[in-house]
Amino acid sequence: MKVLLRNPRRELELRGPMVVSVLLQRLDVNRESVLVIVDGTLVTSDASVGDGSTVEVRAVISGGAS
Amino acid sequence: MKCRSCRAPAVIDVYRHNAAFCHPCFLRHCREQVERAIKSFDMIHPGERVLVAVSGGKDSLALWDILLQAEMSADGLYVGLGIGDYSSESRRYARAFAELRGAKLVEIDLPTDFGYDIPTGSSAAKRAPCSACGLSKRHLFNQAALDGGYDVLATGHNLDDEAAVLFGNVLRWDLPYLGRQFPVLPSGDGFARKVKPLVRLSERETAAYCVLQGIDYIVEECPMSAGNRHLRYKEALNDIEARSPGSKAAFYFGFLERLAPLVTPAAEEEREGLHPCPRCGSPTVSEVCAFCKLAARAGGHS
Ligand code: SF4
Ligand SMILES: [Zn+2]
Ligand SMILES: [Zn+2]
Repeated sequence: MKVLLRNPRRELELRGPMVVSVLLQRLDVNRESVLVIVDGTLVTSDASVGDGSTVEVRAVISGGAS
Repeated sequence: MKCRSCRAPAVIDVYRHNAAFCHPCFLRHCREQVERAIKSFDMIHPGERVLVAVSGGKDSLALWDILLQAEMSADGLYVGLGIGDYSSESRRYARAFAELRGAKLVEIDLPTDFGYDIPTGSSAAKRAPCSACGLSKRHLFNQAALDGGYDVLATGHNLDDEAAVLFGNVLRWDLPYLGRQFPVLPSGDGFARKVKPLVRLSERETAAYCVLQGIDYIVEECPMSAGNRHLRYKEALNDIEARSPGSKAAFYFGFLERLAPLVTPAAEEEREGLHPCPRCGSPTVSEVCAFCKLAARAGGHS
């Protein structure tokens, strides 16, 4: 599977299938701080990502102190 | 996972509520949370005209959308900060949304209208970019709401924003700031009423709302935000949240319920010493207001 990360923009290749919560642990990403979008669709943490899928791990934390 | 409300397959889990939602039920959940915030804090009354501060990001666009869906009279306000590509991109998202919804977008441009931008202005004035930016936005939002005759100014601050600001204020025990950290600030003395209808939603929820509602927003971060204190506080709180879901909400709403009533007098006292700024007319405690001082030091004008 192809994994897209933002801020900074990166692309990784991982072996699937893998459950989303495991994927986030592997990437050391806090589940509170991202949305996981598989082939354009938002998914829950128990979803399984197939080997041919593209996964976007989209950060949702914005900066700015005002 | 199944939707808490209708048992259809879920698309998002909200750990804090120990619940998952399907697409339509999640959109409804977000709208209900906003409605509940507006009612319980008495933010917006029927028939009032709302000005929504719109940055092109997920929170403010979600807020604008939810208010429009609730058939409120809500115009958008976009302030161009002169932060290179980030500003031109974010403006594009704000305009595109307005056009798609047939909504009115009021625009102000810091470089064109006031002669300075955030990157060069903040360093000329020897202020951190976010501090110069926050000060400028607060002033311009308030002024635009008053000039446009709006009843209320709404901003997209979410639960994570408010919990992080609270965390910072508590670390410094900053009583006047704590006293002003309420999701609704009344109008009067040159101030428009200010409300934060998203305080019952986390930023993960506002982002999911945009994705599911098909709202295009700027995903890239403002380049000035890298490594700022606010972000570090958010990360620290999210570390706690991951281990004990609900901590952020308990921290913030516990403050509103139990501590805020004790500290609001500190903020009210401050308001008593206010007078109009001789240059721009905004309320201030010092001789010239902070915005006019910043604009002058940044090489611009007010
Ligand atoms: S991150 Fe800082 S400089 Fe950028 S828009 Fe937000 S407050 Fe302004
Ligand atoms: Zn449902
Ligand atoms: Zn002034």
